[in-house]
Amino acid sequence: MKDMLEIRWHGRGGQGAKTASQFLAEAALELGKHIQAFPEYGPERAGAPIRTFTRISDHKINVHSPITNPDIVVVIDPTLLVSVDAAEGLGDNGILVVNTPEGPEAIREKAGYKKGKVVTCDGTKISLDTLGISMPNTPMLGALLKANPVVPIETLENKVRNKFLKKLGPEKTEANIKAIRRAFEEAKIG
Amino acid sequence: MKKKKGWKEIPIGGLIDKGGTAKAYNTGSWRTFKPVVDQAKCINCLQCWIYCPDSSVLVKDGKMVGFDMEHCKGCGICAEVCPVKCIKMEKE
Amino acid sequence: MSNKKLIPLTGDQAVAEAMRQIEPDVVAAYPITPATEIVMNFSQFVADGRVATELIPVESEHSAMSACVGSAAAGARTMTATSANGLALMWEIVYIAASTRLPIVMPVVNRALSGPLNIHCDHSDTMGARDSGWIQIYAEDAQEAYENTIVAMRIAEHNKILLPVMVCQDGFITSHAVEGVDIFPDGEVKKFVGEYKIAHSLLDVDNPVTYGPLDLQDFYFEHKRQQADAMKNALEIIPEVLREFNDTFKRSHDLVEEYFLADAEVGIIVLSSTAGTAKTVVDSLRKKGLKVGLLRPRFFRPFPKERIIKALSHLKALAVLDRSDSFAAEGGPLFSEIRAAMYESGQRPLITDYIFGLGGRDIFPQDIEKVFKDLEEIKKTGKVKSLVNYLGVRD
Repeated sequence: MKDMLEIRWHGRGGQGAKTASQFLAEAALELGKHIQAFPEYGPERAGAPIRTFTRISDHKINVHSPITNPDIVVVIDPTLLVSVDAAEGLGDNGILVVNTPEGPEAIREKAGYKKGKVVTCDGTKISLDTLGISMPNTPMLGALLKANPVVPIETLENKVRNKFLKKLGPEKTEANIKAIRRAFEEAKIG
Repeated sequence: MKKKKGWKEIPIGGLIDKGGTAKAYNTGSWRTFKPVVDQAKCINCLQCWIYCPDSSVLVKDGKMVGFDMEHCKGCGICAEVCPVKCIKMEKE
Repeated sequence: MSNKKLIPLTGDQAVAEAMRQIEPDVVAAYPITPATEIVMNFSQFVADGRVATELIPVESEHSAMSACVGSAAAGARTMTATSANGLALMWEIVYIAASTRLPIVMPVVNRALSGPLNIHCDHSDTMGARDSGWIQIYAEDAQEAYENTIVAMRIAEHNKILLPVMVCQDGFITSHAVEGVDIFPDGEVKKFVGEYKIAHSLLDVDNPVTYGPLDLQDFYFEHKRQQADAMKNALEIIPEVLREFNDTFKRSHDLVEEYFLADAEVGIIVLSSTAGTAKTVVDSLRKKGLKVGLLRPRFFRPFPKERIIKALSHLKALAVLDRSDSFAAEGGPLFSEIRAAMYESGQRPLITDYIFGLGGRDIFPQDIEKVFKDLEEIKKTGKVKSLVNYLGVRD
């Protein structure tokens, strides 16, 4: 039995995967958990495939290597399923969360992930509807929480509020919160 | 010869812990030639005072009055730069 | 610690927090990846008026360290931060800072000293500077990078030491990872670091002094002898400063960290973040009944030889993990020093070296498990098949 939750995020440079991985970790920190959130830095360019990682544990986290056997994988950009083996190392009890208009069965096929849960959510559409731009990172946090309540959704919303209010202003902040809520409701688990 | 101080006795890091220590160093002992001035020819332009690397040209009331032989090392720059050639280097 | 309110910070941000609390008189710096965020965050503190520090944005690292030397000679509490090529560009003045005995504290975010061009973690930058006369502390995580920065100030300024200190953390792995960090109250940190008063200020016009004069055959050697003595003093005094730090902040800092070594038969010695990963491997192998352990030197300069001998001499086999190569055709810098230290010990383990993680190459628990497997083999056969190994490189 693992006493640590390990999440790997796949996105493209500029889509906010790093921010999402950090928000979740910081929300867990507020609940008294130990956390790590770190991106895999490469040559940073908008659009380049990137990976970021979140670890959440009841104990001090000593390990400092990237996550190879995640409990959860979140794919922020559906086009990555073609070029990246997103489900790599994801165990039989894992959860694969994908931003896509397609359903869990189709994605299970595409990702070649047979056993665990597959969660789909059209994060891009939700983001366009609520924010007016494609920034699917925050909605995908909502979809993730539906599949595994890593933290209560209220804790995450507060975190997003605290982080965004000064940077984006009240209107855009609340739009992000709305996006998280909507994704939480709309996510399909298969 | 005075014995030089050991590593436990000197200030750390090459620090010189007071000012004006060059004054205590008698560079006059290096001299084989000494400058001699012909005051009658001197026009008090003070070129020698400007150029002397050891601040050994003595000036009083705007007039060149001689040399600080404790520190003059006999380099001859004063004689070289004097426009009226009133300084001569003579054997000690 | 889990009940306390931890703040999510990267290693760089944590160090910037320590600098904010120390509030040095002068910071002269030129940002370079992955140390950029230290200077960036600290600049924000200056801009927001949260510190009264004089920030000197210079045009190169050579100038940064030069400005630090001038400022420290004037008696200002002085800090800077850098990485890899930045440290290399400072080089000339890095030696001058140490030999002029100026207590500058410099967080260094370890990064490969190119080339080929690389910005990721290894220890080639500070290992290259191991003979520069600076004290070097290596942190396992962001919390420790923060704490080491605070303690470094007191070590540097101790009147029996007066040496500059590099506070090292792993580039990206620590510097850019967000962890929960326990930030001490500002007042307690300020009280711990206290006021710094230089014995001879360059700006004291009533008592004029000269810093950095020409120092030739007749006195240079004496000054280097003093420097060697200061580093020896540091080895005696650092534990005292750490004790005071531990009492004040309820911590357990030491020259080295021992992990399950007392009854271990085989062990690993490694610096910085990799020690954390190695701890998880020790934990899992211990559960399987294997007598394995780990030693993490927290200080590399001064070199805590006695502590290392004491902790390791009873082992049957020891692997040194070096995150840099010294290209001596004889393994890495940590390896050669550990091996030399063990020569003095009547009893010593068989020792082997693993160069790993160059240019940010990931090191996984499986890699460290392999090292322990090799060590079990050495223990069994009594033979070191390969003295210098390269861990995680493609054949």
